[in-house]
Amino acid sequence: MSESVVWLTIFVLSVFVGIEVISKVSSTLHTPLMSGANAIHGVILLGAILVTGLTDSTPVVVLGLVAVVLASINMVGGFVVTDRMLQMFSSRNRGPRS
Amino acid sequence: MTPTWAQVAYLLAAVCFIVALKGLSSPKTARTGNLIGATGAVLACVTVFFAEDLKHVVPILVAIAVGTALGFVGAQRVQMTQMPQLVALFNGVGGAAAAIVALIELHAAVAVGHVARFDLVAIAFTILIGTVSFSGSLVTFAKLQELMTTRPVIFGALPVAFGGGLLAAIVLGVVVVASPVIWAGIVLALFGLALGVLLVLPVGGADVPIVISLLNAFTGLSVAAGGYVLSNTLLLVAGTLVGASGTLLTKMMATAMGRSLLNTLFGALRGGSTMGAGELSDRPVRSGAPADVAILLAYANRVIVVPGYGLAVAQAQHTLRELVDVLAEKGVEIDYAIHPVAGRMPGHMNVLLAEARVPYEQLKEMSEINGDFKQADVVLVVGANDVVNPAAKTTPGAPIYGMPILNANEAKQVVFMKRSMRPGFAGIDNELLFEPTTTLLFGDAKDTMSKLLSAVKAL
Repeated sequence: MSESVVWLTIFVLSVFVGIEVISKVSSTLHTPLMSGANAIHGVILLGAILVTGLTDSTPVVVLGLVAVVLASINMVGGFVVTDRMLQMFSSRNRGPRS
Repeated sequence: MTPTWAQVAYLLAAVCFIVALKGLSSPKTARTGNLIGATGAVLACVTVFFAEDLKHVVPILVAIAVGTALGFVGAQRVQMTQMPQLVALFNGVGGAAAAIVALIELHAAVAVGHVARFDLVAIAFTILIGTVSFSGSLVTFAKLQELMTTRPVIFGALPVAFGGGLLAAIVLGVVVVASPVIWAGIVLALFGLALGVLLVLPVGGADVPIVISLLNAFTGLSVAAGGYVLSNTLLLVAGTLVGASGTLLTKMMATAMGRSLLNTLFGALRGGSTMGAGELSDRPVRSGAPADVAILLAYANRVIVVPGYGLAVAQAQHTLRELVDVLAEKGVEIDYAIHPVAGRMPGHMNVLLAEARVPYEQLKEMSEINGDFKQADVVLVVGANDVVNPAAKTTPGAPIYGMPILNANEAKQVVFMKRSMRPGFAGIDNELLFEPTTTLLFGDAKDTMSKLLSAVKAL
């Protein structure tokens, strides 16, 4: 099996997992789900770290660092704001806290 | 080559993301799911530092610290009413990061001289979609923040500009693939930025959430393509997961609003979604005083509250909860009817009411409560408009035609709390306002709500 086919296989299977895994979500959770998915694509941080860390050219490093900052905002902010939304959902099940 | 242990760590992180999405689909497991997702992300980021022989580690760590601080503070400080635009902003910067990564990869590819053709396709794709997502998200941000008009922005040349831009972008993409040069990548990025703006401008305010979700899926796909370029399985899997689930989520949101996706994006270009926009009607309406409404509510058997975005903007949800509590003590059977798209995003209203500590049991979804309106003595509509507009059922051609609505018009009495006769976010008149069974309470929702509350307490 050639390498491109391996990648294609991973891609196609991931599409099915992505669809299957959220197929039964209630509209109540649409917003947190979107926000959580938004945080997950923040892993582009990994790519930003890789391209920055594997180059010697200074302009590229600077550009790469910009990408690192932006990706970190996406990832950290995404998870934190999702947690803030969901915190409210769970607190009402335990009754009001003061 | 990435060491095997690191590959396994990436696999674990990918599993965390799948579990996270699964968890986020159910209220009980949602918070845990999000935490698992965050754990996977941290695991992946720690792994990359040990797996690869990286240079410039200190500046990278500083950049991560800066981004983390900005993201954290932004997420902590944001008002819950403004949360949709923050999500749009986070999505946009993610798209920008993906585009930059692809540009750097193109630069490296040009230097090396020989790169697999399909890698270049993925690079071009990432640059284009990443930049579209970035600039598109910024426009949605501006619309939601009301920095610009929330109405569709259309000018005659727009379809031509969009079509021409898209064509040019495709040509540039072919150039990047056929003979990789860095300027082609940069120009492609500029076209991407322009296309993102043109894509979102004609979208009406009420449809913006759908577009955010779509751009979210776009960013996911560009991250997936970036993962292919970098031969990183985690980026490929995570990006594809978000791309696929985001597309499905977009479709579900559009269905909840009775719109097709194409109609959302291009409806305004055909003139459909501007119909009747913004004209004030001078037909007579019946307005009342808080004291009259207090009596109406206190002596009703069954009351249904329909909350909308106006409630949250006025920060009246705490007062509303108090009012509902007082009425419930008086023996009124009272619930909240939550339209799927109440607020600015599906599920947004649930978040806003949860913040005001409204008990979960009182929040009824549309399908659950729509049959109850017939028995309701009073429906109290607070800062909502489009979600109870019968035009969705009766007026083909109205922008919201086909959107499922709450059947408030079936109740014996309807009370609207509104700031003015201004139409809702969709920009159309609401027939229900002119019905003889309807009473209007004009004023700031918080102010009026406080008056109503003291009037009910005084009874």
